[in-house]
Amino acid sequence: MAATWDEVTEGMEIPTLKKNCSTQQLVVWAAGSGDFYQIHYDKEFAQNNKLKDIIVHGALKNAFLGQLLHDWVGRNGRIKSFGCSYRAMDYPNEDILCRGIVTKKYEADGQKLVDLEIWTENPQGQKTTPGTATVAFR
Amino acid sequence: MSEADKFELISQEMLDAIGKKSSPTKLEVDKLQIRLFARAVGHTDPIYYDEEEAKKAGFRSLPCPPGYLGTPIFDPSKAAAAAAGPAARGGPQPKKPLNRVLNGGTVIEYFDDICAGDTLTSQSYLADVVESPSASLGLLLISTNKTEYTNQDGKVVAVTTGTSIRY
Repeated sequence: MAATWDEVTEGMEIPTLKKNCSTQQLVVWAAGSGDFYQIHYDKEFAQNNKLKDIIVHGALKNAFLGQLLHDWVGRNGRIKSFGCSYRAMDYPNEDILCRGIVTKKYEADGQKLVDLEIWTENPQGQKTTPGTATVAFR
Repeated sequence: MSEADKFELISQEMLDAIGKKSSPTKLEVDKLQIRLFARAVGHTDPIYYDEEEAKKAGFRSLPCPPGYLGTPIFDPSKAAAAAAGPAARGGPQPKKPLNRVLNGGTVIEYFDDICAGDTLTSQSYLADVVESPSASLGLLLISTNKTEYTNQDGKVVAVTTGTSIRY
């Protein structure tokens, strides 16, 4: 169920979105995003670039956070801005938990706005991709 | 003595490029790519796949999933350079060749809906460049780039701020 303006409270956690990328998903993403850099699908190439394995595209994790927000607001709102820093690498076949907490609920310029802290988390509980977002509710 | 003398990697050419807008790039927003992008992410909302559902939700056509901002028109004459790696992609180069790149982070601000059928024009500029030591990858060159996306009606519909790390 999509969130509604009335039920949003500061400090609330939004529903977690769980991801776990297969190598196939990374190839689909390469085509979907147009990012064909080999560190994301060619293990030998990745290792020659000082990486231990192929890594999940940062922009894909950013897009996961976009889905987290979209699925939360549904038809009741739109994303105004979102983004993240790529602090640590994530690898295929490992859980990536996409999470968010409401930090501020306010009205400005006639808009009903909510700020959030958002992040992806690896199986060790490390925030690999922390960021922030603002959504506008109807 | 030039301003770049105090840096190991940052060149005068890079410092001179700060704030200067690139030539515009045309991007097409189309249904096929929206569906592929949404599928790659794992979106389950039908508005990214079914045009009727998108219209029911108030969009002109399939809306862009978060993170998708159109597709540049493929130019075969530039394909070899794009495939050769970041150093061959043009733009101001550092003092020492750095052929490895990581995406440091991205922020997207939206100012209006972007839907299939739209044509966007993007212009990028280098907003900032710094050097930073790292434990495992040596000295890093960290660039902040901004890109403005203008639609066919002349409206700025999105601005992205990206950080790239070269080493």
